[in-house]
Amino acid sequence: MDVSQYLEMFIEETKEHLQSLNNQILILEKESDNQETVTEIFRAAHSLKGMAGTMGFSKMQKVTHDLENVFSEIRSGNMEVSSKLVDVMFKGIDLLEALLDSIQNTSNEGDVDPTELIEELDVVLKEGLGIEAEEKTTEATKEEAEPNDKKEYVTSLIYEEHELNAIDEAHGRGLSVFGMTVYLSPDCILKSARAYLVLRNLDEVGDIIKASPSTEDLENERFDTYFTLVVVTKESEEKLKEVVSSVSEIDEVFIKQIEKTGVELKQQSIESKAIKNKEIKEQMKTEDEKSKVKNSKANISRTVRVDIEKLDNLMNLVSELIIAKNSLISIGNAIGKNGQKDGFNEQIEYLERITTNLHESVMKVRMVPIESVVNRFPRMIRDLSKKLNKSIELYMSGEDTELDRTVIDEIGDPLMHLLRNAVDHGIEDKASRIASGKQEEGTVILKAYQDGNNVVIEVKDDGKGINVDKIKQKVIERELATQDQLENLPDREIIDYIFRPGFSTAETVTDVSGRGVGLDVVKNKISNIGGNIEAKSEVGKGSTFIIRLPLTLAIIQALMVEVGTEKYAIPLGSIQTIEDVLVDDIKFVQGNRVITLRGNVIPIVMLEEVLDVKKDDNNVQSYTVVIVSKGDKTIGLVVDSLIGQQEIVIKSLGKLINVDNVISGATVLGDGEVALILDVNTLV
Amino acid sequence: MSDNMINNLDLNTENTEINENINGIEEEKQYIVVNIGDEFFGIDIMNIDNIVRMQRITRVPKAGEFFKGVINLRGEVLPVMSLRLKFGVEDDVITNASRIIIVKINGQYPVGILVDAVKEVISLSDSKIERAVQGVSSDKTMYLNGIGKYNNELISLLNIDSVIGVHEA
Repeated sequence: MDVSQYLEMFIEETKEHLQSLNNQILILEKESDNQETVTEIFRAAHSLKGMAGTMGFSKMQKVTHDLENVFSEIRSGNMEVSSKLVDVMFKGIDLLEALLDSIQNTSNEGDVDPTELIEELDVVLKEGLGIEAEEKTTEATKEEAEPNDKKEYVTSLIYEEHELNAIDEAHGRGLSVFGMTVYLSPDCILKSARAYLVLRNLDEVGDIIKASPSTEDLENERFDTYFTLVVVTKESEEKLKEVVSSVSEIDEVFIKQIEKTGVELKQQSIESKAIKNKEIKEQMKTEDEKSKVKNSKANISRTVRVDIEKLDNLMNLVSELIIAKNSLISIGNAIGKNGQKDGFNEQIEYLERITTNLHESVMKVRMVPIESVVNRFPRMIRDLSKKLNKSIELYMSGEDTELDRTVIDEIGDPLMHLLRNAVDHGIEDKASRIASGKQEEGTVILKAYQDGNNVVIEVKDDGKGINVDKIKQKVIERELATQDQLENLPDREIIDYIFRPGFSTAETVTDVSGRGVGLDVVKNKISNIGGNIEAKSEVGKGSTFIIRLPLTLAIIQALMVEVGTEKYAIPLGSIQTIEDVLVDDIKFVQGNRVITLRGNVIPIVMLEEVLDVKKDDNNVQSYTVVIVSKGDKTIGLVVDSLIGQQEIVIKSLGKLINVDNVISGATVLGDGEVALILDVNTLV
Repeated sequence: MSDNMINNLDLNTENTEINENINGIEEEKQYIVVNIGDEFFGIDIMNIDNIVRMQRITRVPKAGEFFKGVINLRGEVLPVMSLRLKFGVEDDVITNASRIIIVKINGQYPVGILVDAVKEVISLSDSKIERAVQGVSSDKTMYLNGIGKYNNELISLLNIDSVIGVHEA
């Protein structure tokens, strides 16, 4: 049976159902009598079973079947939700996930063995019910299968001229013409796959001359649970029935031989057309209502799956368009000096507006809500806290914050790491929490929000916090710095040491975390996608990890500046203000240049020094200082002159030219020259 | 720009004819011969993506010492390294003959290599190549695949992988 073309669809849908199961069971654990949740769980398990059966994945079908039995008993109130039950159910879901993984990688279920789990489910079921359990479930399923609609062969077909001719011709050649209506079982999941199999099987024994709905509609699943076919064949009625019934999930097949001639059928067509029109109108009405109900229920967005490569390609084209636009602007400026540029400027502005809009839409296409990453965390926290015997509640907010697809793919692991850390090292065990006057239940907060051109994700816990003295001790032990050096550092910079490789202050290594391969990896991964991470902590009150990620990766607004004769771009998103500062106003604190700006002391960085720019030392009266910030840290960058604001396309410098982080990339200017982009985050 | 490609293509076809004449008894490889000072170096033509004239190089602060900076090649930003600096000879003097050879390894890591001049394209069979150079030891040897003999000239055949430093990184 060739169902491979449906495999991808199956995998995607199964993932969704499993995620929904995970979420719902978590709710169920807290509100064991939430009837809505139970129904939702039952529905998801049932759909899973149906799909697995259709695709021929028997292990998966078996597991979901047993899960479904359990849910069914809970739904009908015969069983209580116990913590043990929830554990077994989660185990079942994990197993299903393992099966799905195997299916995704190898197209078959692999050697995952469900027997143990099935036995466990059985035990749970029996414990919850007593021995009658099995009989009851079979009864329940029987009831369900009872037909509720009247099913019959649909006679009101509307024939086209050529179809009538075909029927007449078949009669003339002594072949039989059969009309048949096939009813799929009402809970059949991949209806189009079923229909396809029916059509294919029939094709082997005869010719299908008519399908209602059309074969196209059948393929696209635009039909209810039944469809009608007219087949020309030399086989018997029984044979046809057998061929069709061999496809599973078919409820019933009604077959009737058509002996009428074309003319008679034509008459019939005209009559039924009138009825049909009426029916269609009514159907549309009900369908409208149906879709309304659906929309209000789950806010399903209309989506198209697109290969990320195609989007990258589109993005590159937009990039090129912007470069082309920039060169037009520089030509325009050149012409402008000779006087005539009115109409030209107008068109340039128009082009600029289009490219900006185009860029924004393409970027939006690439944006994915962070929800797809974080929705697995509640389950993870639950499992961890059980394992560590802690009581922890995870609060999440801003799941709808959107990030570029490539960032989304990378951010999952670091976040998971931080959460595990929070649960393992951050939150204390129940006894010490009570001893220090805290609530027994620890809190972990995962918060995402947009902040200018950045997306910020915070992982916050109310645990014991990071012990700065402990870090100092470790730093000295590892000879990363001396006692004296540490004395002068603010706590924040000492905490930054935890992001160094091989640095863990956990005294005991658990299998959850504490091996010291952690935060440095997290930091690495985040800087790879252009973000940065910092930690804040207060002993006894908890710690917060703040991740800052770029909203867009490819095209940004930047301020072009000149240092010496070289041009550099500073991302506009991090610029606060631009100031003219008199040379005399620059003070020295501990050998570092600072200025006082509206009451704040701001360190000053001479870009020519950082960038090793050689230039003739001419005595200037004042500096142009670009004030940039990262989070709540602010510094001033001294440049020689400002060129202006420009939309730039970020290009990678390549792996080979190892840059010491000061440069985050390069861009091509309108005249073809390459300008480098300053990485403000490493300067601050 | 049209002569960017130089006249390599013509030379190529001539050489293939010669190859056919000797009936391909031995496998031959084609090399582009470049000058650095008085020395000749050969680069396997399979590694070469493009040859472009000298253009404005943007210096990159804190980059590796052999890197001159980056150039814009039709919208792509490529690093450019200097063979002279890599081999420890005096710094490049840019002339009209200077060229940037764009090399790739298996289609990846595009890098420009700055050379004094591009001389010609030659074909060398294995027998004309001295693999190990005995007695001659310098920093350069680790960047060479061997020495080729061609028209009484000795041509050092570059091992592009190690020159670019893909493995060192």
